[in-house]
Amino acid sequence: MEIQVVARIMEANDLLAQEVRGILGANGVTAFNIMGTPGSGKTSVIERLFAALQGQVRIAAIEGDIATSLDAERLSTLGIETVQVNTGGECHLDAGMVKTAIAKLDLQSVDLLVIENVGNLVCPAEFDIGESKKVMVISVPEGDDKVQKYPLMFRLADAIVINKIDLMPYVDFNRVNFHVCLADLNPNAPIFEISCSTGENLDELTEWVRAVVSGAR
Amino acid sequence: MHELSIAREIVNIALRKGEEAGASRIESVRVRIGEFTAVEPDCLRLYFGALTEGTLADGAALKAEIVPLRAVCPACDQPFTPEALCFRCPGCGSPDISITSGRELYVESIEVT
Repeated sequence: MEIQVVARIMEANDLLAQEVRGILGANGVTAFNIMGTPGSGKTSVIERLFAALQGQVRIAAIEGDIATSLDAERLSTLGIETVQVNTGGECHLDAGMVKTAIAKLDLQSVDLLVIENVGNLVCPAEFDIGESKKVMVISVPEGDDKVQKYPLMFRLADAIVINKIDLMPYVDFNRVNFHVCLADLNPNAPIFEISCSTGENLDELTEWVRAVVSGAR
Repeated sequence: MHELSIAREIVNIALRKGEEAGASRIESVRVRIGEFTAVEPDCLRLYFGALTEGTLADGAALKAEIVPLRAVCPACDQPFTPEALCFRCPGCGSPDISITSGRELYVESIEVT
Protein backbone atom coordinates (compact mmCIF):
# COMPACT_ATOMS: atom_id res chain seq x y z
CA MET A 1 0.00 0.00 0.00
CA GLU A 2 1.32 3.45 -0.91
CA ILE A 3 0.90 6.25 1.61
CA GLN A 4 1.13 9.83 0.37
CA VAL A 5 3.40 11.89 2.60
CA VAL A 6 4.46 15.08 0.78
CA ALA A 7 6.59 16.42 3.62
CA ARG A 8 9.43 18.90 3.26
CA ILE A 9 12.65 17.17 4.28
CA MET A 10 14.13 20.37 5.70
CA GLU A 11 11.01 21.28 7.66
CA ALA A 12 12.40 20.46 11.13
CA ASN A 13 15.45 22.65 10.47
CA ASP A 14 13.44 25.42 8.83
CA LEU A 15 11.02 25.64 11.77
CA LEU A 16 13.98 26.09 14.12
CA ALA A 17 15.44 28.68 11.73
CA GLN A 18 12.17 30.62 11.91
CA GLU A 19 12.38 30.50 15.70
CA VAL A 20 15.95 31.86 15.57
CA ARG A 21 14.85 34.56 13.12
CA GLY A 22 12.02 35.51 15.45
CA ILE A 23 14.27 35.76 18.51
CA LEU A 24 16.88 37.80 16.64
CA GLY A 25 14.23 40.06 15.11
CA ALA A 26 12.61 40.71 18.49
CA ASN A 27 16.01 41.86 19.77
CA GLY A 28 16.78 44.01 16.72
CA VAL A 29 19.70 41.80 15.73
CA THR A 30 20.87 41.46 12.12
CA ALA A 31 22.53 38.10 11.47
CA PHE A 32 25.05 37.18 8.76
CA ASN A 33 25.68 33.59 7.78
CA ILE A 34 29.33 33.74 6.70
CA MET A 35 30.06 30.86 4.36
CA GLY A 36 33.10 30.08 2.28
CA THR A 37 36.14 27.94 1.80
CA PRO A 38 38.49 27.01 4.63
CA GLY A 39 41.30 29.53 4.69
CA SER A 40 39.53 32.14 2.56
CA GLY A 41 39.66 34.60 5.45
CA LYS A 42 36.19 34.39 7.00
CA THR A 43 37.53 35.06 10.50
CA SER A 44 39.80 37.83 9.22
CA VAL A 45 36.81 39.55 7.59
CA ILE A 46 34.98 39.44 10.93
CA GLU A 47 38.04 40.89 12.70
CA ARG A 48 38.31 43.69 10.14
CA LEU A 49 34.59 44.53 10.32
CA PHE A 50 34.73 44.60 14.10
CA ALA A 51 37.63 47.04 14.03
CA ALA A 52 36.01 49.25 11.39
CA LEU A 53 32.62 49.37 13.09
CA GLN A 54 33.75 49.69 16.69
CA GLY A 55 31.65 52.22 18.57
CA GLN A 56 28.99 52.19 15.81
CA VAL A 57 27.76 48.62 15.42
CA ARG A 58 27.88 46.19 18.33
CA ILE A 59 29.10 42.85 16.96
CA ALA A 60 28.92 39.37 18.49
CA ALA A 61 29.97 36.14 16.82
CA ILE A 62 29.18 32.46 16.63
CA GLU A 63 32.08 30.37 15.39
CA GLY A 64 31.18 27.09 13.71
CA ASP A 65 33.99 24.58 13.39
CA ILE A 66 34.17 20.82 13.27
CA ALA A 67 36.70 20.94 16.10
CA THR A 68 38.79 23.35 18.22
CA SER A 69 37.98 26.78 19.64
CA LEU A 70 40.87 28.51 17.85
CA ASP A 71 38.68 30.97 15.94
CA ALA A 72 36.58 31.85 18.99
CA GLU A 73 39.81 32.53 20.90
CA ARG A 74 41.02 34.78 18.07
CA LEU A 75 37.84 36.85 18.20
CA SER A 76 37.58 36.87 22.01
CA THR A 77 41.09 38.32 22.20
CA LEU A 78 39.79 41.36 20.31
CA GLY A 79 36.91 41.72 22.74
CA ILE A 80 34.20 40.22 20.53
CA GLU A 81 31.65 38.24 22.52
CA THR A 82 31.92 34.84 20.82
CA VAL A 83 30.24 31.47 21.20
CA GLN A 84 32.11 28.50 19.76
CA VAL A 85 29.98 25.74 18.25
CA ASN A 86 31.75 22.46 17.54
CA THR A 87 29.70 20.44 15.10
CA GLY A 88 31.39 17.15 16.03
CA GLY A 89 32.02 16.07 12.45
CA GLU A 90 29.06 17.76 10.76
CA CYS A 91 30.19 19.84 7.81
CA HIS A 92 27.69 22.67 8.36
CA LEU A 93 25.82 24.55 11.05
CA ASP A 94 22.11 23.87 11.41
CA ALA A 95 19.38 25.99 12.97
CA GLY A 96 19.29 23.91 16.17
CA MET A 97 22.98 24.57 16.84
CA VAL A 98 22.46 28.30 16.30
CA LYS A 99 19.40 28.35 18.55
CA THR A 100 21.46 26.82 21.37
CA ALA A 101 24.31 29.26 20.74
CA ILE A 102 22.23 32.46 20.74
CA ALA A 103 20.83 31.52 24.16
CA LYS A 104 24.36 32.14 25.49
CA LEU A 105 24.49 35.71 24.14
CA ASP A 106 23.06 38.92 25.56
CA LEU A 107 21.17 39.79 22.37
CA GLN A 108 19.95 43.11 23.75
CA SER A 109 23.49 44.41 23.47
CA VAL A 110 24.08 43.12 19.93
CA ASP A 111 23.36 44.85 16.61
CA LEU A 112 25.09 42.41 14.30
CA LEU A 113 25.58 38.70 14.91
CA VAL A 114 28.13 37.20 12.56
CA ILE A 115 27.76 33.45 12.34
CA GLU A 116 30.83 31.88 10.80
CA ASN A 117 29.77 28.62 9.22
CA VAL A 118 32.04 25.60 8.76
CA GLY A 119 34.43 26.24 5.88
CA ASN A 120 32.79 24.43 2.97
CA LEU A 121 31.27 25.45 -0.38
CA VAL A 122 28.59 22.74 -0.51
CA CYS A 123 27.10 21.50 2.73
CA PRO A 124 25.90 24.72 4.40
CA ALA A 125 23.82 25.69 1.35
CA GLU A 126 20.64 23.80 2.24
CA PHE A 127 20.59 24.79 5.92
CA ASP A 128 18.73 27.95 6.83
CA ILE A 129 20.12 29.05 10.20
CA GLY A 130 17.86 32.05 10.70
CA GLU A 131 20.24 34.58 9.14
CA SER A 132 19.27 37.92 7.59
CA LYS A 133 21.94 37.67 4.88
CA LYS A 134 24.14 34.96 3.46
CA VAL A 135 27.63 36.35 2.90
CA MET A 136 30.17 34.29 0.96
CA VAL A 137 33.90 34.68 1.38
CA ILE A 138 36.32 33.19 -1.11
CA SER A 139 39.88 34.19 -1.92
CA VAL A 140 41.92 34.82 -5.02
CA PRO A 141 44.39 31.87 -4.69
CA GLU A 142 41.47 29.42 -4.91
CA GLY A 143 40.91 30.31 -8.55
CA ASP A 144 38.17 32.00 -10.57
CA ASP A 145 36.49 28.71 -11.50
CA LYS A 146 34.85 28.30 -8.09
CA VAL A 147 31.70 30.06 -9.31
CA GLN A 148 31.15 27.40 -11.95
CA LYS A 149 32.13 24.55 -9.65
CA TYR A 150 29.90 25.53 -6.73
CA PRO A 151 27.00 27.35 -8.37
CA LEU A 152 24.34 26.77 -5.72
CA MET A 153 26.17 28.57 -2.94
CA PHE A 154 27.08 31.48 -5.24
CA ARG A 155 23.47 31.73 -6.40
CA LEU A 156 22.11 31.79 -2.85
CA ALA A 157 24.58 34.41 -1.56
CA ASP A 158 23.28 37.91 -0.77
CA ALA A 159 26.82 39.32 -0.96
CA ILE A 160 30.12 37.93 -2.19
CA VAL A 161 33.52 38.86 -0.76
CA ILE A 162 36.69 38.07 -2.70
CA ASN A 163 39.53 38.28 -0.24
CA LYS A 164 43.32 38.43 -0.72
CA ILE A 165 43.21 40.64 -3.84
CA ASP A 166 46.73 41.75 -2.93
CA LEU A 167 47.81 38.31 -4.18
CA MET A 168 46.28 38.88 -7.63
CA PRO A 169 49.67 39.56 -9.33
CA TYR A 170 51.09 36.28 -8.04
CA VAL A 171 48.34 33.78 -8.79
CA ASP A 172 46.35 32.67 -11.81
CA PHE A 173 42.97 34.26 -11.14
CA ASN A 174 40.96 35.33 -14.18
CA ARG A 175 39.06 38.27 -12.77
CA VAL A 176 37.00 38.81 -15.94
CA ASN A 177 35.83 35.20 -16.01
CA PHE A 178 34.90 35.38 -12.34
CA HIS A 179 32.74 38.47 -12.86
CA VAL A 180 31.19 37.26 -16.11
CA CYS A 181 30.11 33.99 -14.46
CA LEU A 182 28.69 35.78 -11.43
CA ALA A 183 26.85 38.32 -13.58
CA ASP A 184 24.79 35.45 -15.02
CA LEU A 185 24.51 33.26 -11.94
CA ASN A 186 23.75 35.88 -9.31
CA PRO A 187 23.42 39.31 -10.91
CA ASN A 188 21.91 40.99 -7.84
CA ALA A 189 24.51 40.24 -5.16
CA PRO A 190 27.06 42.98 -4.48
CA ILE A 191 30.68 41.85 -4.91
CA PHE A 192 33.46 43.19 -2.70
CA GLU A 193 37.07 42.70 -3.76
CA ILE A 194 39.09 43.20 -0.62
CA SER A 195 42.32 42.41 1.14
CA CYS A 196 42.22 41.80 4.86
CA SER A 197 46.02 42.06 4.85
CA THR A 198 46.35 45.50 3.24
CA GLY A 199 42.87 46.81 4.08
CA GLU A 200 42.15 47.56 0.42
CA ASN A 201 38.46 48.26 -0.34
CA LEU A 202 37.39 47.32 3.16
CA ASP A 203 35.55 50.62 3.45
CA GLU A 204 33.11 49.52 0.70
CA LEU A 205 32.29 46.32 2.55
CA THR A 206 32.01 48.19 5.84
CA GLU A 207 29.58 50.68 4.28
CA TRP A 208 27.38 47.86 2.96
CA VAL A 209 27.34 46.18 6.38
CA ARG A 210 26.50 49.46 8.08
CA ALA A 211 23.63 50.04 5.63
CA VAL A 212 22.22 46.52 6.13
CA VAL A 213 22.37 46.84 9.92
CA SER A 214 20.83 50.31 10.00
CA GLY A 215 18.11 49.19 7.61
CA ALA A 216 17.12 46.51 10.10
CA ARG A 217 16.97 48.85 13.07
CA MET B 1 28.33 14.58 3.95
CA HIS B 2 25.47 16.86 4.96
CA GLU B 3 23.50 14.11 3.21
CA LEU B 4 23.70 12.32 6.56
CA SER B 5 21.56 15.02 8.20
CA ILE B 6 19.19 15.03 5.25
CA ALA B 7 18.94 11.20 5.21
CA ARG B 8 18.19 11.30 8.94
CA GLU B 9 15.25 13.64 8.31
CA ILE B 10 13.94 11.41 5.51
CA VAL B 11 14.12 8.35 7.79
CA ASN B 12 12.41 10.25 10.65
CA ILE B 13 9.55 11.33 8.38
CA ALA B 14 9.15 7.85 6.83
CA LEU B 15 9.19 6.04 10.18
CA ARG B 16 6.69 8.47 11.69
CA LYS B 17 4.28 8.02 8.78
CA GLY B 18 4.79 4.25 8.74
CA GLU B 19 4.08 3.98 12.45
CA GLU B 20 1.00 6.21 12.14
CA ALA B 21 -0.31 3.88 9.44
CA GLY B 22 0.38 0.82 11.61
CA ALA B 23 2.67 -0.62 8.94
CA SER B 24 4.60 -3.79 9.69
CA ARG B 25 7.26 -2.89 7.13
CA ILE B 26 8.27 0.05 4.94
CA GLU B 27 9.19 -1.34 1.51
CA SER B 28 10.28 1.88 -0.12
CA VAL B 29 10.46 5.63 0.33
CA ARG B 30 9.97 7.97 -2.62
CA VAL B 31 11.67 11.37 -2.50
CA ARG B 32 11.73 14.34 -4.89
CA ILE B 33 15.14 15.99 -5.12
CA GLY B 34 15.61 19.19 -7.08
CA GLU B 35 18.41 19.28 -9.64
CA PHE B 36 19.66 22.56 -8.11
CA THR B 37 20.17 21.35 -4.55
CA ALA B 38 23.31 20.33 -2.69
CA VAL B 39 22.12 16.72 -2.45
CA GLU B 40 23.76 13.73 -4.07
CA PRO B 41 21.19 10.88 -4.33
CA ASP B 42 23.80 8.07 -4.26
CA CYS B 43 25.28 9.51 -1.09
CA LEU B 44 21.79 9.84 0.36
CA ARG B 45 21.10 6.15 -0.38
CA LEU B 46 24.23 5.07 1.43
CA TYR B 47 23.26 6.89 4.63
CA PHE B 48 19.60 5.90 4.24
CA GLY B 49 20.64 2.23 4.18
CA ALA B 50 22.73 2.61 7.31
CA LEU B 51 20.14 4.64 9.23
CA THR B 52 17.23 2.30 8.50
CA GLU B 53 19.03 -0.84 9.75
CA GLY B 54 17.00 -2.50 12.48
CA THR B 55 13.99 -0.21 11.93
CA LEU B 56 10.61 -0.60 10.27
CA ALA B 57 12.32 0.50 7.06
CA ASP B 58 15.19 -2.01 7.23
CA GLY B 59 16.15 -2.89 3.67
CA ALA B 60 13.74 -0.33 2.17
CA ALA B 61 14.59 1.16 -1.20
CA LEU B 62 15.09 4.91 -1.48
CA LYS B 63 13.59 5.99 -4.80
CA ALA B 64 14.71 9.45 -5.86
CA GLU B 65 13.00 11.46 -8.56
CA ILE B 66 15.16 14.32 -9.80
CA VAL B 67 13.20 17.50 -10.51
CA PRO B 68 14.70 19.60 -13.31
CA LEU B 69 15.68 23.23 -12.81
CA ARG B 70 13.12 25.66 -14.27
CA ALA B 71 12.58 29.38 -13.89
CA VAL B 72 10.19 32.08 -15.00
CA CYS B 73 10.61 35.75 -15.88
CA PRO B 74 7.70 37.61 -14.24
CA ALA B 75 8.06 40.56 -16.64
CA CYS B 76 7.79 38.41 -19.80
CA ASP B 77 5.70 35.67 -18.17
CA GLN B 78 8.18 33.38 -19.90
CA PRO B 79 9.18 30.03 -18.36
CA PHE B 80 12.69 28.83 -19.20
CA THR B 81 15.43 26.40 -18.25
CA PRO B 82 18.53 28.20 -16.97
CA GLU B 83 21.32 26.92 -19.24
CA ALA B 84 25.05 27.05 -18.48
CA LEU B 85 24.37 28.57 -15.05
CA CYS B 86 22.78 31.68 -16.54
CA PHE B 87 19.88 32.86 -14.42
CA ARG B 88 18.79 35.69 -16.70
CA CYS B 89 15.61 35.73 -18.76
CA PRO B 90 16.56 34.56 -22.27
CA GLY B 91 13.96 36.99 -23.64
CA CYS B 92 14.70 40.33 -21.94
CA GLY B 93 17.92 39.55 -20.06
CA SER B 94 16.41 40.52 -16.71
CA PRO B 95 18.12 39.07 -13.63
CA ASP B 96 14.90 39.30 -11.62
CA ILE B 97 13.66 35.81 -12.34
CA SER B 98 12.07 33.22 -10.05
CA ILE B 99 13.16 29.62 -9.81
CA THR B 100 9.96 27.57 -10.18
CA SER B 101 11.42 24.08 -9.74
CA GLY B 102 14.71 22.37 -9.05
CA ARG B 103 15.03 23.33 -5.38
CA GLU B 104 12.68 20.61 -4.03
CA LEU B 105 13.56 18.35 -1.11
CA TYR B 106 10.42 16.33 -0.37
CA VAL B 107 9.39 12.93 0.92
CA GLU B 108 6.58 12.11 -1.52
CA SER B 109 5.26 8.75 -0.35
CA ILE B 110 6.10 5.49 1.35
CA GLU B 111 5.19 1.97 0.26
CA VAL B 112 4.18 -0.15 3.26
CA THR B 113 2.93 -3.63 4.02
